[in-house]
Amino acid sequence: MPSLKDLKNRIGSVKNTRKITKAMQMVAAAKLRRAQESAEAARPYAERMHSVMAGLAGSVKGSDTAPRLLKGTGSDKTHLLVVMTAERGLCGGFNANIAKLARQHAEKLLAEGKEVKILTVGKKGRDALRREYGQYFVGHVDLSEVKKLSYDDAQGIARDLIGRFDKGEFDVATIFFSIFESVISQTPTAKQIIPASYEPEEGEEHVPTVNYDYEPSETQILTDLLPRGIATQIFTALLENGASEQGARMSAMDSATRNAGEMIDKLTIEYNRSRQAAITKELIEIISGAEAL
Amino acid sequence: MADTMQFDLVAPERKLASVEEAVEVMVPGSDGDLTVMPGHAPMLTTLRPGKLTLVTRSETQSYAVTGGFAEITPEGITVLAERSMPAEEFTKEVHDRLIEEARRVHDEAHPSVADMTAKLLADMEALGAHMLG
Repeated sequence: MPSLKDLKNRIGSVKNTRKITKAMQMVAAAKLRRAQESAEAARPYAERMHSVMAGLAGSVKGSDTAPRLLKGTGSDKTHLLVVMTAERGLCGGFNANIAKLARQHAEKLLAEGKEVKILTVGKKGRDALRREYGQYFVGHVDLSEVKKLSYDDAQGIARDLIGRFDKGEFDVATIFFSIFESVISQTPTAKQIIPASYEPEEGEEHVPTVNYDYEPSETQILTDLLPRGIATQIFTALLENGASEQGARMSAMDSATRNAGEMIDKLTIEYNRSRQAAITKELIEIISGAEAL
Repeated sequence: MADTMQFDLVAPERKLASVEEAVEVMVPGSDGDLTVMPGHAPMLTTLRPGKLTLVTRSETQSYAVTGGFAEITPEGITVLAERSMPAEEFTKEVHDRLIEEARRVHDEAHPSVADMTAKLLADMEALGAHMLG
């Protein structure tokens, strides 16, 4: 049976915890709004890019002159997994879910006898995968200094990937990130970006492609655009991830705040009961003392 | 035939302009400047760094773009710019930074693409003359 003093201390500390989680929740809510705004702002570009690329890619698909970024190296032996997670924890299952998906993927590829390489973006994913897959790590992108994600960050990652691809370090690259559905639901997703696959998205009508004039040539435009398409996809993924992270943190902190509240209620009842018990005990002692006289 | 067209200018981080009543748009295509007017044949072109001018019935607005591409249809033109800003935001400092960046890329570039990066650098320098001059 904890003493009254202990109970009081515990209530005090849970109250402090609640203050912190509450503050974190509000910060996450503000950041989420900003993250959603930037994701929203980036959408028109990404959509246009996607539709143009889909048209272009469709028209050169079969030909031999298609750039390697589009048709691939012709083998799928070495896979590069780009695992994008947050730089910080305390956001529920967000990081763990992405790491889990990446792990399943890696297991599957290894079981098929494929070679696996891992590039991590964000500290948490690296920490989560290091113990099991540390030997496959080929690099890490640190975004902890980045306050606001910009297209340049995505472009940096894209350049890095394309550089490695050109050197023949891998055949297929897949990015792992979380799609933001709502504050309570974020879906970890895997998406292949090299070789680029531009299929019309589900439920989307395939737009009949117009016969464009190309200036300069079609293949040249494609060569020029493919790296940009990859950078755009990475940028979109990073933004989705950013929004997901804040959403996940918000709901995690919300439930933490609620838990703390419940705990405070329970502890307060216990505290009141033991206080009452102590008073009763003292009274009994006084009364029986008085009677004995 | 309609005498105006839709004009959109989008950058990865934001939408810069969306005008329904563009009369003509001058675009710095990588093979040379071109002016797009309503009813232009469908076309895709990449851009070099340069000045993009939008003319509507009431006003003329310029933007600096540093590359990207344009999708042109008879109904309108969509410019997907790598980086872009309205002329008012394009200051000497911005320009100096762009040049510095282009120069660094050129210095680090593989000899096989040195021609390309040199052209990029020259275009960047010319961009300043157009925008600031």
